[in-house]
Amino acid sequence: MLPQTDYVKASSVAHALDMLHQYGTGAAILAGGTDLIVDMRERRREPTMLVDISSVEELAEIDVGTGNIRIGAGVTVAGLAGSAIVQHQLPLVTEVTRHFADYLTRNRATIGGNLANASPGADLVPPLLALNASVVLATAQGERTVDLNDFLVGPRRTLLLWNELVRAIHIPTPVPRGQAYEKLGLRTGGAIAVVSCAVSMDQAGGECRRVRIGLGAVAPRAFRSSEAEQIMEGHMFSSDIAARAAEAAANSSQPISDVRGSAEYRHAMVRALVERALHAAYERSSEPQE
Amino acid sequence: MTSTEARKQQYRVIGTRPIRHDGLDKVTGRARYGADIHLPGLLTGKVLRSPHAHARIRGIDASKALALPGVEAVVTAADFPIHEDMEIDLVETLGNLRVLAENIMASEKVLYRGHAVAAVAATSAAIAEEALGLIEVDYEVLPPVLNGPDAMDANSPRLHENMTTHSVAKRFERGTDTGVGSNIASHLQFKLGDPEAGFAEADVIVEREYTTSTVHQGYIEPHTATALWDFDGQVTLWSSSQGAFGMRAQTAAVLGIPESRVKAIPMEIGGGFGGKLNTYLDPVAAALSRETGKPVKITMDRAEVFIATGPTSATRSRIKLGAKKDGTLTAAWSELVYEAGAFPGSPVGAGASTGFAPYKIENILVDGYDVVVNKPKVAAYRAPGSPQAAFAIESAMSELAEKLGMDPIELRLKNVIRPGDRLPTGVPLLPTGCEEMEKAMRSHPHYNAPIEGPNRGRGVAVGFWGNAGNSSSATVSVTADGGVTLVTGSVDIGGTRASLAMQAAEVLGITAEDVRPSVGDTASVGWTGQTGGSRTTFSTGLAVVAAAEKVRDEMVKRAAILLETEPEKIEFDAGTFKNGAGKSLSFQEVAAAQVRTGGSITASASSNPRQVGPAFAGHIVDVEVDPETGKVEILRYTAFQDVGTAAHPSYVEGQIQGAVAQGVGWALNEEYVWSEDGRMENASFLDYRMPTTLDLPMIETVLIEEPNPAHPFGIRGVGEVCIVPPMAAIANAVANATGRRLTHLPMSPGRILEALERPATNGTGG
Repeated sequence: MLPQTDYVKASSVAHALDMLHQYGTGAAILAGGTDLIVDMRERRREPTMLVDISSVEELAEIDVGTGNIRIGAGVTVAGLAGSAIVQHQLPLVTEVTRHFADYLTRNRATIGGNLANASPGADLVPPLLALNASVVLATAQGERTVDLNDFLVGPRRTLLLWNELVRAIHIPTPVPRGQAYEKLGLRTGGAIAVVSCAVSMDQAGGECRRVRIGLGAVAPRAFRSSEAEQIMEGHMFSSDIAARAAEAAANSSQPISDVRGSAEYRHAMVRALVERALHAAYERSSEPQE
Repeated sequence: MTSTEARKQQYRVIGTRPIRHDGLDKVTGRARYGADIHLPGLLTGKVLRSPHAHARIRGIDASKALALPGVEAVVTAADFPIHEDMEIDLVETLGNLRVLAENIMASEKVLYRGHAVAAVAATSAAIAEEALGLIEVDYEVLPPVLNGPDAMDANSPRLHENMTTHSVAKRFERGTDTGVGSNIASHLQFKLGDPEAGFAEADVIVEREYTTSTVHQGYIEPHTATALWDFDGQVTLWSSSQGAFGMRAQTAAVLGIPESRVKAIPMEIGGGFGGKLNTYLDPVAAALSRETGKPVKITMDRAEVFIATGPTSATRSRIKLGAKKDGTLTAAWSELVYEAGAFPGSPVGAGASTGFAPYKIENILVDGYDVVVNKPKVAAYRAPGSPQAAFAIESAMSELAEKLGMDPIELRLKNVIRPGDRLPTGVPLLPTGCEEMEKAMRSHPHYNAPIEGPNRGRGVAVGFWGNAGNSSSATVSVTADGGVTLVTGSVDIGGTRASLAMQAAEVLGITAEDVRPSVGDTASVGWTGQTGGSRTTFSTGLAVVAAAEKVRDEMVKRAAILLETEPEKIEFDAGTFKNGAGKSLSFQEVAAAQVRTGGSITASASSNPRQVGPAFAGHIVDVEVDPETGKVEILRYTAFQDVGTAAHPSYVEGQIQGAVAQGVGWALNEEYVWSEDGRMENASFLDYRMPTTLDLPMIETVLIEEPNPAHPFGIRGVGEVCIVPPMAAIANAVANATGRRLTHLPMSPGRILEALERPATNGTGG
C-alpha cells in the first residue's frame, strides 16, 4: 500500500530542480521507481511530493565527449543495453545489463537511480567503479562533479544534497581494454547479487596497468579493493598473482550474513569471483586491436 | 504402445491439440480474476496479523480504529460464532470446524506470525491500512517451537493445551488416543509382513536421515475475496479459489449459516497447486459486509500470501532399506515427521502411503507423525506429502543401487510394482504402466548418453500419486446453430475447459470449438468437488461424458422423428444421423429442429467414480556442480509419466514441465528462512527464489499412455505426480557428480560447498 503523496511531472532538469528547491526534504525524485516505490510501500520513505523526471529528454542521452563518455542519469538499463556507444566502448556495462534484475525492471530502472539509491548490492556500481566513473550533480545554482568512489558514503547514503539531482555519469576515455564482470546470484533470472565483481585493466607486454577492481554486496557500500589493485599494478600477470590479489580482495571485504548467504560464503566467493574476473580481464586486454 | 496407438485412432478429438477456449482472454488480459471485481459502494478490507509466532491475546481495543473517518467496521473473532472441536463434513474432506475458524481469525491465542487477529473495512485501502495500525492488541508473548522434532519433545512449549496424540494403528480403523498432552497431533502406522525378519534376511542395508524445509506453492495470483451480505441474508462471494463449492461450504460453516444462503461465483484463478482449496478471506469479507451492509473486497499482498496461507510441511524422514545381493528388497522402514504448522493436518498420511508405492516389498513398517509448530498451517501442495517422502526414499534407493553395484533403474525394475500387487496401504494396484515407464527410461537416449566433463552427474528417481476421484456435475445444452454449451462446476486452472469440451465433442461427433465451455457458480450447476487431486479432466470428464451421452441419445430420438423412423434404426456416426435407408441429417439440422421436435435438448449428469487410476512418474536429470560457488546447473531433464490417454497432449506436457520447474526450485533454492522468533525473513519473490526460465533447460517429456480403465477414454490424472521425483533425482545427480550425498533440501550453493569439504563417500549414486 502506497502512502499518499503529491506528484509533478518535470518538463526539464531546471523544472525538476525548481521543484526540489520548493518542496525541500519532502520531495523525492521519481525516475524508474524500481527502488523508490518499493521503499514507499515498505514505508521506508514517505515523500510528500514525487518529482517525476522520466520524461526529461536531456537526461536520457548518451554521447561521446572529449576524454569521456557521458551517460544521462535517466538512461534506463534497457537503454544502456541497446546503446551502440556502450556496446562498443563499455562492454563491461553491456555485460552487467544482461544480469540486471529482469526485463521488466530493466525497462524502468535508470543508471542515475541505481547510483543514487546506493544499495550495497547495486548491480551497476562495481563496473562503474572499475571504469573510474564520476557523477555530475546539479542544483539550481550549478553543477559539481564527484568521483563515484567518493559519492557513495554508506548503505543507501551518498553525497547527494537535498536540492541536488544526479544529472549524468562521466566515464573517462580511453577505457582499459580488459574488462570482466562476475555476478553470483542464487538463481539466474531476477537475481540479487550475493557477490558481484568488476575488473578493468590494460597491459603492456604482460605487465598489468590501470588495474581497477570493484566489489558489490560484500561491504556497507560497493567499493574498489585498492589492496588487490596494488598487488596487480605494474606486475607481470600470472595465476599466482591473480590468486594473491583475489585473496587480498576477499580480505578487504566486510560481508554480512543474511538470507542470501553467510559472511563466510561471501568471503570465499569474493576470492573465487575476483580470480575468475582477473583472468578474463587480462585475456581480453591481450586481444588484438580491431 | 501399439495397442494405445491403435485405440487412439478411434478418437477424432481426444489426443488432438485445439487452442483453449479461454486462451485469448488470458493472453490479452481480458480474463477477470478475483481482484478485478468492482461493485458499487465497494469497501476495502484489510487483515491485522500477529507480529508474534506464539502469544496469548489478552485483549483487543479497536476504538481508535473505529474512530478514524472512513473506517466502517472492525471484526475480530468475537464477531464469528464460537465453534467447538467438531468434525464437519465438507463433503471432500473431514475438517475440524474449530480449527478452520480459528485459523481464519484467532480468538485466544495466535499460533504463528501472520495469524489473523482482526480485520477492517474502510472506504479506501490507505484508510484501512492506517486503521490496522490503530488497533491495539494486548499480547502475552509465549516461547515458540519452530520445528517438528523439537515440538515432539515433551518439554517443548505446547501450542494447544488440550491436544493429545491420536494414534492410528491401522488403516480404516479408528485408533486410540494416548490421553497425554503433546504437540504430536497423531501417529499413524502402516505395517506389512514382518519387517524385522525382512531386515535380518538382507545382505545390504542403507539407513539415513533426510530433512526438507518449508516451501510454498508460489502461485502468481495472491488470494482475494469479495463478499456481499444482502439485507435478506443472502451472501454472494466472488471467489478466487480452486472450487466455488468448497468456498461456499467453508464460508457457511465458519459463519454458522446454511450453505444454501451462500452463492459463490468462481473467478478465473492465477494458480493454486492446492493452496487455494482452503479459505482464508471469504468468511472475513462476508462478516465485514454483514456489519457494513456494503460489498467488501480483501486482497492479500505477496508477503501475506507467504506468511498467512498454507505452505507445505518441512519434514524429517528416517529411511532404512534392506536388499538381497541380487537387488530384491527384503524390508523397508520409514519414520516420517511432518510439520503441520499451527493446527493438525499435515500430509504425512499421503507421504506414508506413497513413498514405497513404486515397489513390491513384502515387509514394510511406516511410522508417521503429524506435529504442530508455530508456523502457518500447511495446505495442500501438488501431490501433498509425497515429494518429501520420495526425496528420502528415492535417495536411499539410489544409494542402495550404488552399494549393490547395480544400475539405479535396474534396481527399481527388479522391485517394480505391477497391477494387482498390493500397495503399502494394502490396496491392490489398478492397471498402470510403472514397469513400462521404467523400461522407457532405461532405453531412452538421455539415459544412454555419455556424461561428459568434470563435475557432472546423472540422477534418476520415480514417484507415485494416487489421484482423486470425487463427484462433479456437468450440464450440456444444444444451441440452435448446432453447437453446445457446457457448464461444469470445475474452476479451470490447467486448461480443463478445453480438456472437458473435447470429451463432450468426442461423444457428440462435433469439434472442440463447437463446444462452448464455462465454469458455473454454485447456483447454476450441481455440486462439484474442487479442482485438485488431478481429478478434473478425469472425474468432471466422467460427468461431461455422461451428460453428452444423454444429449446424444435425445438427439437420436429427434433425428428419428425428423427422418420418420424408429430411434433404434438411427445410426449415429461422426455427428451425422442416418436412417439406414440413405437419408441423413447433420448435428446442426437436428439441433435447429429441437424446439419443434420435443423441446430444448439439455442434460445434466454427475460423476461418482469408485475407481480412480493412480499415476507414476520417473525423471532423469543431468547436472553440473560448480566446485567454487556450489551452484548447480540443470543441464538436461527428461520426465517420463504414465499419463493414461493424453486428452490434450500439450496441456499434459505443460503440467509435467511446470511440476518439474517447481521441483527444481524445491530441490535447489526454495525455503522459508526463519528467524529465531519465528519470522519469515524472505517473504518476497526476490528472496524466496523460485526458478526463472533462465534457470531451467528445456524439460523434455515422454508420455506413456497406459489407458485408465476407470475412464471411458482411458484418461488419468496427470498434474501432481510429476512433482514427486525431481528433488531425489537432482540429489542423486549431485551425488553422482560430487561423490557427496546431500540429505537436506534445498541444496543451496552454501550447503553444496559445505558438503564438498567433506570427503567423498560415493561416486555413482545417480
